[in-house]
Amino acid sequence: MSHEEQNEKELLKEEKELQPEPSADAKTEKKEGEENNPVKAEPGESDAPVTAKPGLPPKSSVPRAPRAAGAGKARPAAGARPRPAAKKAEKKPEEPSPLQPQLDRFLRLLKDRLGEGAVKEAYINRAGSHIPTLVVDKEHWLSLAQLLKEEESFQFDYLRLLSGVDYETHMEVVYQFYSFAHGHQIAVRVKTGRDEAKVPSVSHLWKAADWNEREAYDLLGIHFENHPNLRRILMPDDWVGHPLRKDYEPLDKEV
Amino acid sequence: MLRTEEMLLNVGPQHPSTHGVLRLIVKIDGEMIVDAEPVIGYLHRGTEKLAEDLNYTQIIPYTDRMDYLSAMTNNYAIVHATEQLMGLEIPERAEYLRVIVMELNRIASHLVWMGTYLLDVGAMSPFLYAFRDREEILNLFNELCGARITYNYMRVGGVKWDAPPGWIEKVGTFVEYMKKQMRDYHALITGNEIFISRTKGVGVYSKELAIQYGLSGANLRVTGIDWDLRKKQPYSIYSRFEFDVPTGKTGDLYDKYLCRMNEVVESLKIIEQAVNQFPEGGSIMGKVPRVLRVPEGEIYVGIESPRGELGCHIVSKGKDKPWRLKFRRPSFYNLQILPVLLKGENISNLVAILGGIDIVLGEVDC
Amino acid sequence: MSLLAILAPVLLLVIVLAFVTYAILFERKVIGWMQNRIGPNRVGPWGMLQTVADVFKLLIKEDVIPEKADRALFKLAPAIAFVPAFAVLAVIPFTETWKFTDFAVGLLYYMAVSSITIIGIMVGGWASNNKYALLGGMRSAAQMISYEIPLVMSVVGIIMTTGSLNLNDIVHSQKHVWFIFPQIIGFLVFLIAAVSELNRTPFDLPEAESELVAGYHVEYTGFRFAFFMLAEYVYVFAMASLTTVLYLGGWNAPFGLTIIPPIIWFILKFLLVVFFLFWLRATMPRIRVDQLMQFAWKVLLPLAIFNIFLTAVLKEVPGIGHFY
Repeated sequence: MSHEEQNEKELLKEEKELQPEPSADAKTEKKEGEENNPVKAEPGESDAPVTAKPGLPPKSSVPRAPRAAGAGKARPAAGARPRPAAKKAEKKPEEPSPLQPQLDRFLRLLKDRLGEGAVKEAYINRAGSHIPTLVVDKEHWLSLAQLLKEEESFQFDYLRLLSGVDYETHMEVVYQFYSFAHGHQIAVRVKTGRDEAKVPSVSHLWKAADWNEREAYDLLGIHFENHPNLRRILMPDDWVGHPLRKDYEPLDKEV
Repeated sequence: MLRTEEMLLNVGPQHPSTHGVLRLIVKIDGEMIVDAEPVIGYLHRGTEKLAEDLNYTQIIPYTDRMDYLSAMTNNYAIVHATEQLMGLEIPERAEYLRVIVMELNRIASHLVWMGTYLLDVGAMSPFLYAFRDREEILNLFNELCGARITYNYMRVGGVKWDAPPGWIEKVGTFVEYMKKQMRDYHALITGNEIFISRTKGVGVYSKELAIQYGLSGANLRVTGIDWDLRKKQPYSIYSRFEFDVPTGKTGDLYDKYLCRMNEVVESLKIIEQAVNQFPEGGSIMGKVPRVLRVPEGEIYVGIESPRGELGCHIVSKGKDKPWRLKFRRPSFYNLQILPVLLKGENISNLVAILGGIDIVLGEVDC
Repeated sequence: MSLLAILAPVLLLVIVLAFVTYAILFERKVIGWMQNRIGPNRVGPWGMLQTVADVFKLLIKEDVIPEKADRALFKLAPAIAFVPAFAVLAVIPFTETWKFTDFAVGLLYYMAVSSITIIGIMVGGWASNNKYALLGGMRSAAQMISYEIPLVMSVVGIIMTTGSLNLNDIVHSQKHVWFIFPQIIGFLVFLIAAVSELNRTPFDLPEAESELVAGYHVEYTGFRFAFFMLAEYVYVFAMASLTTVLYLGGWNAPFGLTIIPPIIWFILKFLLVVFFLFWLRATMPRIRVDQLMQFAWKVLLPLAIFNIFLTAVLKEVPGIGHFY
């Protein structure tokens, strides 16, 4: 039996098993509920004004139950991890994240410096360690990046992650920054169109972005404008296509 | 004026000191390096692409092959990220087993680094001593999970195998043994005049540069920055253990060596405490649905691998397979600084500096 | 007489080849033990035939000459490297009677002829048309020329004491006190310079594996490669003999133990030196090329000159003057 078949079977089994006992074990997470949740992120169309919405977390994380109020961002896994209580709890408004005030502060400052509309959306990503997350369009990214790096009360000097994601509707580049001066952290999701995926390069601000941008270009075909040396890095120079794009056709489908 | 001519030297991908299949295009003037450009990708297997067609459990063995010197931490990166996204609870016993194997793996990895590094600077014996001691760790792993390099040991929600009877005691014995061995290593290497002259004051970089290039692990700590994710953003049960984070003062290669050797000592401390606190009995797997369907969402978690911050970025669309899985491989970030460090050095320092970064090509190319 | 004159060198060649064969085995075994390994133990009893098998393999290997190499020089280089290594053995007195020449300038001859090998190595590195080989050849030339100076300077003290360049005379004058004691500074400088001349760890930069892959002989295969290796080990033989002759009293027996034949004494002392060379290899990291140069010119050379000065002064001091 191939892996896929096995997988399929297990999936079916799982579905059957779960149907007749909706709340037998109150402690088990009900993923069904989450999947059926009608709220779907359609980020390409959202023109929500820039406001931090305490208690209204990102659409994608609505089903998530509140986490420990005390779990600060610096100690994500420490202490007891609270279980999502039960299905009922999901309907209750979530407790505000402990990092909500921080996000609000960031947003106020950003609004002062960049004006309205620079940040498309802002929320606390409750999965894991409550990271304040900003969603921006690529047009505003360069000025925002500059600000994040250089502004006295941000000083995000350490690039922890640069990752590209193909959402099929659009492309995203996800950055994770850390500030050694202040010890705070932020995630930025920069959106760009899919056909002409272009994002301004920030390799002059964070040298660490250099190879990462090349990698994202190589695997996802995101062009980083003004990158000093945007060439393929992992794939051979003469490779056709960008493998991590969802419309990429593999050479050999069986592999 | 004497006219000299620059020449291009192609170091690798087959070269004894590139630790795998790294290629360096080095422009040299005599033996002085004018410019260096790393070329990577020779070991690219498309782990991230493959992961999109695999369910979360099936991805775990692929992570073994990334940083093949510390496969346990790689295992942990993916299962930890998945667990965080699902909000799973891990049984005590599994947490302890995880910490023990991860720290053992850190020691094994640092031993390999130490051995190969000394081989890079021309000393042959420490390599074999290091491998002798690493063998002890691999035997322990072999007993625990039946594998010596690629363990495939952790699972979302726990670990695959419970410790066989007597295993924990063996780990305790190993800790004592290793403490003794550390004295030997210091006697053999730390005071060696030639080793000191090869590494002191070589490959120095500033704090600012290290941060700018996103270095992590010993490469960052050597500049004096106290940044260890086990302490600063504790995961698993690390907050229960007492240990120090060794940092460097000058940022040279000798400091890096000392940093890593001290990390071995700290790891031994953690293992010792974990062995003492190890819970009797209990489950090794948490309550996990048979088919892992990770709720829709996005997560990034970083853990401290022997080489630095090993991050795992998962974008899930609520399916049993990740929509996008990205690993932040510490070696990939750390390697970027190499051309800066190499400028103006000579060929002998090339291997010393490259070795000091401690890259694993399986991880760089992913 | 003339038959002996032909046969004796042939016999010496056989002895030297046997030495090289077992020196390699000995080296691998010794280093193996030092590193918690067994060493070769498959071919023949106790691995005795390992080197024979290795040499046989080298001889039947395809002889590869790189296309862009300078063919004539490429072929010539191993010979240039090997011939002087063997030629220097002519002046080494193994015992009172076992010697080839009684050459008045034996020490000078040794130093002069042995430096010809550098040309072989450089030519080999150059002719290979390989950048690693070139770097290795250049390093080798720089290193050997630099270290030849302290090497020669360090033995001047002995020459001053003996008043002769004849190696027989030098051994004779060590009847009572070996030169290692009065000439301890000279001995240390000589030993370090000798290790460097031999291109052995910690001075094995010309063929530094982790840096230059294999240095000057990276392109050599088969019997040409074997010639380079042979030259290297014959130099180990020669240098260990020379050290014995110059500083360890040659065939002279210590503590009046003349009951043991002089040749045995020579061999024992000689093996001690050889063992020391192998021991170093298991212990030391490799020194860096710029440090190597600095060490030669800034440390060894002044020390060697100081040793000459010291010898000259002490020669005139009553009481200990007769040691010098």
